[in-house]
Order: sequence, then C-alpha cells, then structure tokens
Amino acid sequence: MQQIINFIIRNKNFLLFLLLFFIAIVFTIQSHSYHKSKFINSANFISGGVYNSVNNISEYFTLKSQNQLLSEENNRLRELLFNSNINTNSNYLDSVLLEKSYTFFAAKVIKNSYSATDNILLINKGKSDSIKQDFGVITTQGIVGIVDKSSSRFSTVISILNTTNSSISAGLKRTAHYGSLRWNGKNPELVQLIDIPINAKVNIGDTIVTSGQSSIFPKGIPIGVIQDFKNDVTENFYDINVKLFNDMTNLEHVYIIENKNKEEIDNLLNE
Amino acid sequence: MNSAITGNIIRFIALVLVQVIIFNHINFYGYLNPYIYLLFIAFFPVKDNRTILILTSFFLGLSIDMFLDSGGIHAAASVFIAYIRPVLLKSSFGSMYEHQTIRFSGIDLGPKIVYITLLVFVHHLILFSLEIFSISKIIFILQKTLFSSIFTILLSIIISIIFSKNTK
Repeated sequence: MQQIINFIIRNKNFLLFLLLFFIAIVFTIQSHSYHKSKFINSANFISGGVYNSVNNISEYFTLKSQNQLLSEENNRLRELLFNSNINTNSNYLDSVLLEKSYTFFAAKVIKNSYSATDNILLINKGKSDSIKQDFGVITTQGIVGIVDKSSSRFSTVISILNTTNSSISAGLKRTAHYGSLRWNGKNPELVQLIDIPINAKVNIGDTIVTSGQSSIFPKGIPIGVIQDFKNDVTENFYDINVKLFNDMTNLEHVYIIENKNKEEIDNLLNE
Repeated sequence: MNSAITGNIIRFIALVLVQVIIFNHINFYGYLNPYIYLLFIAFFPVKDNRTILILTSFFLGLSIDMFLDSGGIHAAASVFIAYIRPVLLKSSFGSMYEHQTIRFSGIDLGPKIVYITLLVFVHHLILFSLEIFSISKIIFILQKTLFSSIFTILLSIIISIIFSKNTK
C-alpha cells in the first residue's frame, strides 16, 4: 500500500497529465459526433455574453453591407407582395394562410467562424425564444446551418462548413434528383454535393436548392450553383462542387425556421 | 508570492480574451490564425510548481475550447506542451535550466526563438491533428501546422519582446 502511494506521489505529474489529456480527447471525440451531448460549448452566459458585447461594437463595421442585403430583401418581398394574386382586402378567410407549417424567427450571428474544419456559429436567440435543436438557419440568400445546443439566451449552430456533422439533403432545382451536402474543409465558398445519380443531367451553372426531404428545411431554399463536377470512384454518382450564394464569411442577420410538422414526420418515420 | 499569483490570473484572463476577440478573427489567407495564448504556458515561471502548470494549462485550453466550440483540442494540446515543457527548456537553454537560474526576462533572443519554435510547433501539430482527425488528410494537417506555426512564432516573439521587462 505504501509503495502504491509512493508511486502515485512520485509520478503525480505524469498521472495528472494522462488524466487531463484523456478528458480532453474524450471531449474532442464527442465534438466529432452529431448532436452528442457536449459539456463545453459557447452557448453559455460567459462566452455568449462576451461575444454579445463584442458584437455590439463590431456590428457597426458591417452595417453598410448588411443594410444593402436587407434592402435587397425588402425589395424582393415588396415585388412578391404586389405581384401576388392573394387578395388581401377580401372578407373571406383563406384557409391556406391559416395552417402555416413553418414559423420564422429573426436572429443575429454574434460569433462566426469559417477557418476551422468544423465550424460552429453562435446566435443571440435561445430556449427563452423557443429555439430548439434541429431548427434550420438561413439568410436571405441561402442556407447557413442547423441549430445544435441552446442555452436560455444563446444557441450554437452547426454551419454547413462542417466536415463531420453536416449532412443536409439538397438537390437540383430543375429535376427531383437529390443527394447530400458535405464540406471538405478547404474553401469556405465551395461545398460538395455527393450521391447525385449519374443518370441525372447536370450542367455547370445549375442551381442547387434544399430538397425538402428532411424535416428541417422547406423545399426550394437556394444553396448555390454548380461550379464543376466529376464522377466519383464508383462511377455511379456525381461529385459536384457547389459555389454558395451566401458569403459565409460575412453573416449578420439570419432567420431560424421551425417546422411545425417536424414531430409528426419524425414519429412517422421512426415507427 | 500573492502578487505573482494575481499576475498569473490577470495574464490568463487577458490572453484568453485577446485570443478569442482579436486573434481568432484574423483569418489570414482564409484559415490561418495565430494562437498566442501559448505565451502563458511558455513564460510560466520555471520555479513554480509543475502540477499547477499542467492544471492551469488544461483550464486555459478548455476556456479557449469553450469560446471556439472545438471540443477539447486546445485543452489536449496545451496539457501536452505543459507536460513536455522541461524537456524543451533543457534542449533550448541547456545548463542554464539545469542550474535553475533561468529567468525569462533576461535571456538571449537566440535560445528564446528556438524554445518558442519548438513549443509552438508541437502544440500546433497536436491541435490540427485532433481538429482534422483523419490520417488520410496528413498533408493538409502538416500544411496548416507549418503556416500557422510561422504566424504564431512571429507574433509570440514580437509580443514577448514588447512586454519583456528589460533588466539587462
């Protein structure tokens, strides 16, 4: 017994090192698996608060470009509104408008990252704004990612620029062929679309949109255009490089999408 | 003694904040960021307890991980260099370290550069191996390690020169 205690005391630095290194590796491995419970994330009051106060200052630097984006969005919506056939002055109820299946929340990105291989964003809405896991996040131009962890005031978002976690169902706008969206960790302007079958007609410049196959994003949210493509190793599918519409390095105002039917769809699929 | 502890605590908090607020947003050439919080581990007083250094390095790395949502990669790399620091000290400063007379304020630039280079390179290699987490992308890991290391080493040496109390 004495010898064991002596051994521990003599090697206490080494043992402490091994223990802490092991804990760190466990955290790392957890961060590489999708939606595994993470103890260490930035959606807490310390890091959220710090990023929030920094963002209060730094948002002024991008004010001009963000205003430009918002006014373009306003313009587009105004065009839609005045050219639509919905008669807003009628006195009958349009039942289509009553049963909305998607709810939108506006939020602000307070921490953006695109230089790592697994990028995670932080937004300033959390559980108290009824944000939950697996809500989609988009901007006016395209998709951003999926909500992961929420605290009461902040949430982390798994960016589409994430090599391990992200797999969003996306497809061609022209046809109904769809595959999944991945990122190879290199260029923040390009993502990869895999598993598009070889018999689909693919051209450079085709628009890629969300497929609506998952219960997270509605169908038809723009993602990007095809920059180049080649056959993958099995010769059955295409490997497509997609140039994003979104500038992932300059994100400020985002919209969070809640699918009201998600629970029903997931229950049905899991039965 | 108390003022030394307070100094270390202030340095800890200041380096974490400077790292997450400024140096993680540089994104030079798209993806290169310097990790200057290593200066805390590099210039932790030699005479102080090694166990405390290992423990504080772990929490330093973990705070960076919390801000960057990177799991435990900074914690792992920081603990590793904190543990092997005596070896690096011995190989860069030689007999001066063995006689326990070393003080970081009064050392020459040459050994200092060697010491920081070794420390930063080992740290970045572990950091990016864990971040990318795939043997097949070894070229990408080495590339990222090399370029980020150069960036970190340059900045660390500049900062250490600016903030060193020159008592020569």
